[in-house]
Amino acid sequence: MPNRSFFWFFFPAGLAMILFIGLPIISTGIQSFYAQHDQILIEVKKCDPFGCKTSVVVDQEATSKIKEEKPLGKFNGFGTYIDRNHLASDQMSEFWSESKSVGEFIGKVGNLPFYKALVFTLTYCVIVTPCVLLLGFIIALSLNAISRKIRGPLIFGTILPMIVTPLVGSLVLFWMIDAEGIIGANLQILMDDPYLSVKSSKALTWITIIIYGVWHHSPFAFVVFYAALQTVPQEPLEASIIDGASRFQRVKHIVLPHIYPVVTFVALISLMDNFRVFEPIIGFSAEGSAQSLSWLIYDNLVNEEVILFGSAAATSIMTIVGISIILTPVLLRTWKEFRTNR
Amino acid sequence: MDFGLDKKSNSLKTFNTIFIVIWLLLACFPFIWTFWGSFKVRADFFSRADWWYAITAFNTLIETGARFTKEAYSGAWFEGEFWKASRNTVIVTISVVSISLFLGTLGAYALSRSTKNYAFWILIIALIFRAMPHITLVSGYLFPFFQLQIWGILPTTIVVLVAINQPFTLWLLYSFFKTVPKELDESALIDGCSYFQAFRHIIMPVMWPGVITAGLFSLMLAYNDFTVTALLLNQENHTMVPKIQSYLGTNQHEGNLMWAVSAVVSATAPLFLLVMFFQRQVISGLTAGAIKG
Repeated sequence: MPNRSFFWFFFPAGLAMILFIGLPIISTGIQSFYAQHDQILIEVKKCDPFGCKTSVVVDQEATSKIKEEKPLGKFNGFGTYIDRNHLASDQMSEFWSESKSVGEFIGKVGNLPFYKALVFTLTYCVIVTPCVLLLGFIIALSLNAISRKIRGPLIFGTILPMIVTPLVGSLVLFWMIDAEGIIGANLQILMDDPYLSVKSSKALTWITIIIYGVWHHSPFAFVVFYAALQTVPQEPLEASIIDGASRFQRVKHIVLPHIYPVVTFVALISLMDNFRVFEPIIGFSAEGSAQSLSWLIYDNLVNEEVILFGSAAATSIMTIVGISIILTPVLLRTWKEFRTNR
Repeated sequence: MDFGLDKKSNSLKTFNTIFIVIWLLLACFPFIWTFWGSFKVRADFFSRADWWYAITAFNTLIETGARFTKEAYSGAWFEGEFWKASRNTVIVTISVVSISLFLGTLGAYALSRSTKNYAFWILIIALIFRAMPHITLVSGYLFPFFQLQIWGILPTTIVVLVAINQPFTLWLLYSFFKTVPKELDESALIDGCSYFQAFRHIIMPVMWPGVITAGLFSLMLAYNDFTVTALLLNQENHTMVPKIQSYLGTNQHEGNLMWAVSAVVSATAPLFLLVMFFQRQVISGLTAGAIKG
């Protein structure tokens, strides 16, 4: 296709992507170097019959004036990145010199907001992704062995958790495991502890969110694996049956190698999706004990008093860096594929 | 895998069936339970005394005189103004789907028919854009939108959702157009058509299967979105998902849980019906990127 026609065909889509994905990323980058203005304080001398007092108050007029002049805030350089709420470099060195053991140091660092969120996000990714792959693969194998006639409705039932939005999916589960819901109440009876509540325990909250993650993402892995299973060639399978291979051996030596590229694809996609975990935290009202990187950004943006653009932007940029690290293998794979196709 | 020689043992068959039944229960029961509970009063669905009340409808009988009540629905839809949220969702969804399909088909067609290097790089950039967490993009939008005073209104959100949706739509339709033989439009070009005419008369009639799949995914994205709609729309213009969140209540104001329950059911039902009808397309869309790889 000549460049000219290509340009006109692609122009609208390209413009939309540049304006609303490209520019915002740049805008986030710029915002991360600014911080909101400090309030301008003035000393006011107040005199009454008992004498004079000086007090410090906020100069509303000057504050709003400087806000209007420089709406972006004051330039802060990398200040936001290294402050207590982000990489916390000062606190880190302080903890390092104070702590007697590495364990103590890690414990202290784990309480800093950014590292706390990072630990949760990574734990979530590391546990959910392999579970999703495994469960999705088992469901695909076992649905594949079921009569073709009833597979349609079964597949429909299987993909339900995936098609609802994470907020709704987590709410639906949350209402059941709530102390007043069906599972929560039965757990109390089972454990013989009338005060047992998923909400109040950090470990239980983490487990719940992780179970939710597996529940929500497995159908995607299932669908892809199921489709891949349909393409497994029959001849080697039949040959292996004749040679006396067990079911497990057949899966291990013929099915798995055949669908291996698909497995890595699903792994990387779900890793990327899991890295941005956010809505379940709101659905499970788990802010208290589980925070993710995306949730930190959201929290900055819905701040009641001042929206912390700088802080949100700094966390965003670091999240993007994290995503890029995960994304690199995907890009390399696409690139290789493109080279071989030409 | 239909192994001709493969004789499955009975125990394996039973085990398999049991596993599938358990999985389906796990996958579907939460929805069935919520649907059932949405017709009860709060004291039954969130019962402090006995969860069994949710089934026997003990309090619902006392409070309303019947085993099922539509109280939660009428409360959410009228008092809670869920009708407004669903109207907004309909507006947003229809606009997003039609605009993003329009842009996506043109762009993806061009990408699939171009042999130049830049087409490949555009696809790579689209892949990077697709991986961006939406919340990081939103943190980039908020400040400029406040400055331009276009925050809070539906058109802004629609355009943003279209843009966020573009990378995926482009990839999906790109792989679809690759399966449409080049000879079709090339012959039209030889006969003297321009690229636009070839697209209009040759490609458009055959592109519907791909477009329906891409449309479904745009629809699910726009319909399900929480991050963008919650942060870019003001209270008045909220769509369904942020509205549900507002029913949950915060520290400042008390929510109404039964409204949230009925709203969840109302928002989920249309989606389930849609997927039931278009299951084949949804699955083909999900696997489009993977199987070819």
